[in-house]
Formats: sequence, structure tokens, C-alpha cells
Amino acid sequence: MGLRKLLTTHIDHPESHSLSHYQSVGGYVSLKKALTDLSAEQIINEVKTSGLRGRGGAGFPTGNKWSFIPKTDKPKYLICNGDEGEPGTFKDRLLIEKAPHMLIEGMIIAAKAIDSHQGYIYIRGEFMKGIAIVEKAVEEAYAQNLLGKNILGSGYDFNLAVYSGAGAYICGEESALINSLEGRRGHPRLKPPFPAVSGLYSCPTVVNNVETFCNVPHIIAMTGEEYKKIGTEKSPGTRLFAVSGHVKKRGIYEVEMGTPLKELIYDICGGIQNDKALKAVIPGGSSSPILNAEEVAIATMDYESIASLKSMLGSGAVIILSEEADLVETTFRLAEFYSHESCGQCTPCREGTHWVKDILHKIREGEGTEKDMDLLLSITRNMEGGTTICPLADACVMAVRPTMQKFKNEFQKRLKVSDKPSEEKQSVVHAG
Amino acid sequence: MSYQFSKESEVRFQKLVPQFPNKRSLILPCLFLLQKDQGFVDKDGMEYIANRIGAPVSLAHVHGVATFYTMYNKKPVGKYHIQICANISCYLAGSDVVTETACKKLGIRPGETKEDKSFTVEEVQCLGACGFGPVAQINESYYEHLDAEKIEQIIDQLAKQG
Repeated sequence: MGLRKLLTTHIDHPESHSLSHYQSVGGYVSLKKALTDLSAEQIINEVKTSGLRGRGGAGFPTGNKWSFIPKTDKPKYLICNGDEGEPGTFKDRLLIEKAPHMLIEGMIIAAKAIDSHQGYIYIRGEFMKGIAIVEKAVEEAYAQNLLGKNILGSGYDFNLAVYSGAGAYICGEESALINSLEGRRGHPRLKPPFPAVSGLYSCPTVVNNVETFCNVPHIIAMTGEEYKKIGTEKSPGTRLFAVSGHVKKRGIYEVEMGTPLKELIYDICGGIQNDKALKAVIPGGSSSPILNAEEVAIATMDYESIASLKSMLGSGAVIILSEEADLVETTFRLAEFYSHESCGQCTPCREGTHWVKDILHKIREGEGTEKDMDLLLSITRNMEGGTTICPLADACVMAVRPTMQKFKNEFQKRLKVSDKPSEEKQSVVHAG
Repeated sequence: MSYQFSKESEVRFQKLVPQFPNKRSLILPCLFLLQKDQGFVDKDGMEYIANRIGAPVSLAHVHGVATFYTMYNKKPVGKYHIQICANISCYLAGSDVVTETACKKLGIRPGETKEDKSFTVEEVQCLGACGFGPVAQINESYYEHLDAEKIEQIIDQLAKQG
């Protein structure tokens, strides 16, 4: 366990984004193997054997997702989700800027697996540098017949285009992304039908995250069996963790799945800023429920361990909060994000996220009451569990409620002076 | 209708057309071309896009799309558009001080543009560079690991460039 380079082996090289450098370190060898030696079924089987799970947030098995694509005459589309935008998450940007050919290679192999001849790389619009780098990489790939017609003489055709998002976090949700790519508002769609049956232009579509595609050439190169030996049994492989907040060495670290969270914080990231005590960790992007210090001590960075603590590994974003962190303020900032990014389609989300933000603002300003605390918890209960088309409202709830419950004291301290539970009152309760 | 694509945007538009089987997909990239040409998206430009793409795309649809996404400026912004991330990781790293310093130096409040149209300062929700915060996006570039001193230097440099 611990640091383990697979996707990031060569990214420190200043030319890591260029085709010539990528080829000099074994790039596109897996593509040749996949196009000439393997059938579509064999590619899917290798990925299934590897146990690769989607690196975007949900952790769905990638091979299974590909096998859901029906064998029809309709065009099939392949989309890379590079719309990275959840607070705390910044790992895909590294791959987009430093390893665009690894992404392209992974996509071409995936395209053959699902019999797709047209793909799109959807990148968040703010990543202008990354968009330019990927566009250049696509041009380079076309120039060497790694894209286009009859790729490397294999008889397989695949075209790839880059599409820029325009500043909407919700477009990271796959059906909203599809709507955006179709030139519409990024509104999530009701499911079913799932994209595998009716996605882009009502055709079968696979949407995978940048990091997911980047794993594919490595699986083909080393075989699914070998890949599965990395990480844990149910969470194989490595994972890019984006570490931010009150930690000495913030950054992106590729580690083997199952690495203890404490090892990531103290050994790899150098410990807590200013040698303060650890208060809490948000382990998988802002929508993953917060872990307190006791939970951090036993957590390992794999889907199962984090789920057993009622949180999520999500997008691999680890936000460290020291004893100096003001959790009322951080929770308010997260609620502000979700209220800003709600697409407005569903009432519980549109109204709920704004209401949650407003109440947290009131508490933050010292104007909140115990009733507001109760109201907040009551509102969040009406925003979750399938009351909305997509999980944005649930994400807001998960960013707010567990923090209020686990760190209730911090919120109560900020209530109106007349409404704070006094020490005297508290001691009477304890005595009783 | 007074707007039309610049030469550069026209070339880009022609390259975009064959990439999509459904021409509605051209709306977002076309809005970016419009914004690149004139700094913001307005009704004239949107009408031009609707006509260039043609049925079934209407002005109403283009307007609906443009108003949904935050990266399209619906009104002119300063020559340098300073967007400072205010969300959790940047906040923990001190983004409030960066915003306050930038605003104080320019004599404006977040969301405002300086009278001479040189700078706009805005607080935004997460720029996806959380490990390198506080972060600001100024036009097409990211500026990372900011503090009060650095943002002042950057503003001075940009002001000198004019």
C-alpha cells in the first residue's frame, strides 16, 4: 500500500503531453494489441477481470457498463467526462494537461469494445489550457493515423472531438452532460432509459471519467489478472487522490487502493499544517459525508472502508480540516456552492439548496436559533432519497447534515446568545 | 442584425460543423466564438448564431442555453476579468484576503467592473485547482498559490500592460 505510480509514472517529464514522448515510454502499444489481437468481447472481459471501477464518483464497474451497450445498427457514442468541478476535486486536470495521449489511447480501446466510431472529450470550460493541450494531442493522433479511418491498418475507424463545457457543475452528471453536448441547458434526464440504451442523440452511449479511461491502456498492457493484484480485492488498482485544505503538502498523489487515510495525510502529505490537531476529513469530494478524527484513524482509501463509515470515496478529493477550521463557515461555503449550481429543474433541490444556504448564513452571522437547526435538518430530509431527478440535492444534504450532527457543538456556539444552551442548563441535564 | 463571426471565428466554425451529426450541438461552441469576438454574448450575436445554425435552433433556444451557463458574460466585463475561487479549499488557504486585497486595490466590490473598464473582480464557485489555492482565473490563465502580495503584483503587471 502507499504511493504507487501507474498513470502518473511519466508526468513529471516536461514533454509528457506530447505524442513523441508518450510513444517513447510505450504509449499506444496497448492500442495496437487491442486493435489487432483482441476482439471487442476480449477487451471487455479484460476490463471486467481487472475489476476497474469508475473513477468519477459512483465507482460503477467499467467493464459491466461497456457490456450494457446493445448490439444495434444505431451509432454508438463514447464520451469522456472531463467536467471536473466538485469542490476539492482537481485530479483529472493533471491527466488532461500531462497525459492527454493516455486518455486518447484509453478511449480508442473503449471505442472498439463498444463498437463506437465517434467520441467526444467534454472538458470543463475553465480548463482552457487543458482544452488546448487535448486538442493538440487529438491533432497529433490524427496525423499519425491513431485516429480517423482504418487506424493503424486495422480496419477500425474512430473520430474524436473536444467539447468545452461552459461553467455548470451539474454537467458532470452524465445525462446533463449529454444534454449539454446536444446544445441544450445542462438539465439531468430522468432514468430510465439509461445512456447505454438512449444517450447522445438518443443512441447508445458510454460516459466514463478521464481517470477511468487512463487506466484502460495499462489493463490491456498488463492484463486484467495482473491489474487486479494492485489495491484491494473489491477496489483494485491505484487511485489519484487530490489532497487540499490544512495539510503541509497539498497536491495530487497516486496511491494503491486500500492505503490508510492516516498514511496519506501524515506520511505522504507531511501531516497537518502548523502541526495542529486534525479535526475532520472530507474524504471524497464535497458531497461525501465528513469523517471525524476517530473515523479518520481507522479509514482506508477504498470504496468499502469509506462506505462502512457511511461516507464515499467519490471523486477522490480529500479535504483536510485542522482544529483551526471553522466548520460553520466551510459548511456554509459548500451549501452556497450547491445552491449556485442547482439546475432548477426539481423543486426540492431548487428551493431546498437555497433555503439550506440561507439558514446556514443566518447561523454563521450569529442570528440563528435552535429552531433553525431543527428546520435545517427537516428540510434536508425532504431533499433526499429520490425526490429529485439527479443526486445534486442529495449531495448538498451529505455536505451539510453529517457535519451538523457530528459537530453540533460548533453550530450551537454560533446561535443567538439568548438561544445558546448555557453551561448551567447543560449541567442540569447531565445531573438529571 | 449587426454581428457576424470574425474571420478567425468563421474558420473555427467551419471546422466545427462536421464534428456533430446534430447541428444543435454547435450552440455552445458558437457562443464561445461570439464571446471571443466581442467579449460578451448579446441578443444580436445570439440571433446571428440561431440563423447560422438554422432550424430547429431558434433565438429563444440559444438565449435559454446562454443564460444557463456561467461562462458566458451577459454584459461587458473589464479587459482583465479576475475570477477568484471562494469555495472550501481556496477559502481554507486564504482566498478571502485575496479577494479583499484585489477589490481594495481596484476600488470596486466583488461583481463590479472598474469605471475605465480595465478590471472586473468576481468571486466564483470552485475553479478545480483546490490543491493550489487560493486560485484566480484571469481571462484564460490560472494564477495559483495567491496571497495579498501576489495579487497586488499581478494587478500592477496587468495594469502596466494596459
